[in-house]
Amino acid sequence: MELNLQELNKTEYPIPVELQSNVAITSLSSVYNWGRRNSMWPMLFGLACCAIEMIATATSRFDFSRFGMEVMRATPRQSDLMIVSGTVTKKMVVPIVRLYNQMPEPKYVLAMGACASGGGPFKEGYNVVSGIDKYLPVDVYVPGCPPTPQALLYGLIALQKKIDGQSLSVADDVPWYGVGPSEPAPVPILGPDIIDPRQMDMIRRQAEAAANVKTEEPVYHLNAVRELPALDAEQAVAVAARPKASTAVDESIEMKSFSQAGMSADAIEALRVKRRENALQRKAARLAKEG
Amino acid sequence: MVDMTIPEEQVVTGTIEDAIDKLKQRFPKDVSDDDRQGYSGVIISSDKLQEAARYIKDELGFDYLSNATAVDYLGEGVHSEDHLEMVYHAFRTTGGSALVFKAQTDRTNATLPSVTPVWRGADFQEREAYDLMGIKFEGHPNLQRILLWEGFNGYPLRKDWKEAYYEEDHKPFGSRWPAGHVHRAEEKSVFGKNVNYPADIDLSRLNDVSESTMYKAFGMGVDTEHVVDHNGVQTDQLIVNMGPHHPSTHGVFRMIMEIDGETVTKLEPVMGYLHRNHEKIGERNTFLHNIPFTDRLDYISSMGNNHGYVMAVEQLLALGAKYNPPTYRAEVIRVLMVELTRIVNHLWAIGFWLNDLGAFFTPVLYFVQERERILDFFEATAGSRMMCNYMRFGGVFADIPERIHSVSNLINDRVRDFDTMKFLTEMINERIPRSIDEVDEYLTQNDIVQARGMGVGYLSRENAIDYSAAGPVLRGSGVAYDVRKSDPYSIYPELDFDMVVETEGDMYARYLVRLGEMRESLRILKQLLPRLEYTHGESVTENNSAYSSKVPIGEAYGRVENGKGELGFYVVSAGDKRAAANPWRYHVRAPSFINLTPLGLMSTGGKVADVVAILGSIDIVLGETDR
Ligand code: SF4
Repeated sequence: MELNLQELNKTEYPIPVELQSNVAITSLSSVYNWGRRNSMWPMLFGLACCAIEMIATATSRFDFSRFGMEVMRATPRQSDLMIVSGTVTKKMVVPIVRLYNQMPEPKYVLAMGACASGGGPFKEGYNVVSGIDKYLPVDVYVPGCPPTPQALLYGLIALQKKIDGQSLSVADDVPWYGVGPSEPAPVPILGPDIIDPRQMDMIRRQAEAAANVKTEEPVYHLNAVRELPALDAEQAVAVAARPKASTAVDESIEMKSFSQAGMSADAIEALRVKRRENALQRKAARLAKEG
Repeated sequence: MVDMTIPEEQVVTGTIEDAIDKLKQRFPKDVSDDDRQGYSGVIISSDKLQEAARYIKDELGFDYLSNATAVDYLGEGVHSEDHLEMVYHAFRTTGGSALVFKAQTDRTNATLPSVTPVWRGADFQEREAYDLMGIKFEGHPNLQRILLWEGFNGYPLRKDWKEAYYEEDHKPFGSRWPAGHVHRAEEKSVFGKNVNYPADIDLSRLNDVSESTMYKAFGMGVDTEHVVDHNGVQTDQLIVNMGPHHPSTHGVFRMIMEIDGETVTKLEPVMGYLHRNHEKIGERNTFLHNIPFTDRLDYISSMGNNHGYVMAVEQLLALGAKYNPPTYRAEVIRVLMVELTRIVNHLWAIGFWLNDLGAFFTPVLYFVQERERILDFFEATAGSRMMCNYMRFGGVFADIPERIHSVSNLINDRVRDFDTMKFLTEMINERIPRSIDEVDEYLTQNDIVQARGMGVGYLSRENAIDYSAAGPVLRGSGVAYDVRKSDPYSIYPELDFDMVVETEGDMYARYLVRLGEMRESLRILKQLLPRLEYTHGESVTENNSAYSSKVPIGEAYGRVENGKGELGFYVVSAGDKRAAANPWRYHVRAPSFINLTPLGLMSTGGKVADVVAILGSIDIVLGETDR
């Protein structure tokens, strides 16, 4: 079929002369990401000292409106980005998790400063949460106490880069497309100390163990500990040398909700790994092409 | 502008010694000298505490209760047998130093009479002592936890209470990298988090009672049947919750209001959302360690916080032999930094108050320009914009630099290379005065500022004193009390400046006080410039050993007039060998915290829309409120 370029100009909207008879090809993801990255609306939400530098970043000397971020929204319903700017306390983490759950997807979290990233100077305090990532997924960490406005800008640019790298067709990159709404983050409970609902079982087991045999050391599953860089050089070498598990993946399985019946946990995991690898390959290829 | 007329009531004067003698005469059996080494004041037996307090206030004239806090004396190395002790610092609003009195109670069944009926300003401070130390105050109107939540396990400031990440009693801790294996606090907890549950935790009966108990304690609840009749217009009573996430609560502050139509009938502040356990950490730290932590109290005015803390510790150091007081140049630089900080603080306070009045961020943008200038100077001197960590015991950490360079690649800024003195001179003589004049010109006569500020958020002179308000809130209510004048420290006695006092007691008066104080600060700064010139080259500290200083046994209360009001540090150094470099007790008398005591009073009867502006006119910062 012959393409009549003139036909394309007959649209309901006027097309400027210099743009007529042109065809531009891009991917949906790039256009989409371009729009998203340049209108990241942060939530108007300050926690502690870092919030002051966040405000300074918004003022004329540093001016983050240059990155499309000046529209700070007071309501989570209109924000895309939560800048956790300061110390997260046990009392405050409850509302923070609620606020996060109220933000519409796609949503991002930036941990600003030492406190939000890992507890900071107040980490040992009895009322301090050692990093918001104990409760929420974090996209960008900005170190500093407080980070200078420049550092925060750098973090925001890093977030934009992250968004650029996300593809609409990769479920791991953008989990909110394709698999339905994600589960809300469980809201912690203020009991004798703060209780993460995900750890109820562990707490129960600990209480039982304490009530039963006092002598026997109970064994726990340390699922909440973040991985550290390998402590032991030998061990690290051994891990690196381990052959990669070959996984037979059924490619015919379309993008489906992981929770759909009929898939074993292993298969889901294998599929996830496969998709992740594909995504990484594509990303690498694209980066190579861009030079 | 300055109205210093003292009301007709009789002004009581006399030295502290006289007052103590009179007190001992009046209560011969119940008042005794505190003769522990390095301590001052008197100990009052607990059953006479309230009576004695009333005598101290009414007869001896100590009408202003600045500070009330608890200390846990437990174990060896401390002065006497195990007990809890409340320490009170009372002042006269006519000036002078503190009458310190204490009351003791045993640790197992800690109970003391409340002094809230005498000084309302003790309200929140007693609640804090109850929350963190577990002392019950008989006769307190609303004794419940204030910084932590109802249901929290234990009283964390007690010496035998250990946090989840507990390592050792005192810093410096042992190696975190023993035998080449790094470990982090998380890995020691089975939960991988900063949590610690009592062994008998019963999850089946777990429910979060923190909210329900709070509403109940405030006597608030929604009564859907209850309708108020206003000349035929029927309105419901509503409970409105504002915060902790609210765009205008100046941080993570929360207020619960009972409103009738648009009118606030009751307001209770709720805090603790930024309670970062400053005092517990401070007692594990060495004395020196605490300086950077004080930066993070009132993070707008870190220099002022440094000053208060080093002054408290210097009082203790002066009790020992090996200590040289700060040099003259060090004092000049300290005052320079503190007065610049005061300008930053007041600009910020006025700017955010205007935000609350509806001038959303436009004035702030202009004010922040000046702030950035001052911060540049701080950065060039101390190495950091906000968290300066600048002062040391017996001086400051470094002299001001000869030139101000671009230390970081500032975006959006010309490459800087200025002569410091020229920079300061221009800033103090031209830039800042110009912008303060601008503030004055555009705002002082502004209709909206006047209409919304005048007569709103009223606090009477008597109440301001009774509720222990401090800073511009106190002076805006006609009380001529400024620590720089009333209990002078550093080189303030030789500087020529006035105390700014307004008598109206409303938001507008507080605004005028702040505006006037910025001008007074400029006056001080102008007098400092020649002093900086002729002390040029002098040393800024004489204490090279200040880094490892062994602090003598004793107690000290150091206080300064910070931008937000009187900032005090109560520090106790215990005598045992390990702890001589660590404070046994480290308490912060936070103006932001205590100034909130009268918030309910100021807002009741006003409109909902004014509540946030009233909060803004008090000028709080949450790092200091919750500590
Ligand atoms: S990282 Fe530092 S500046 Fe930021 S909130 Fe924590 S203590 Fe404050």
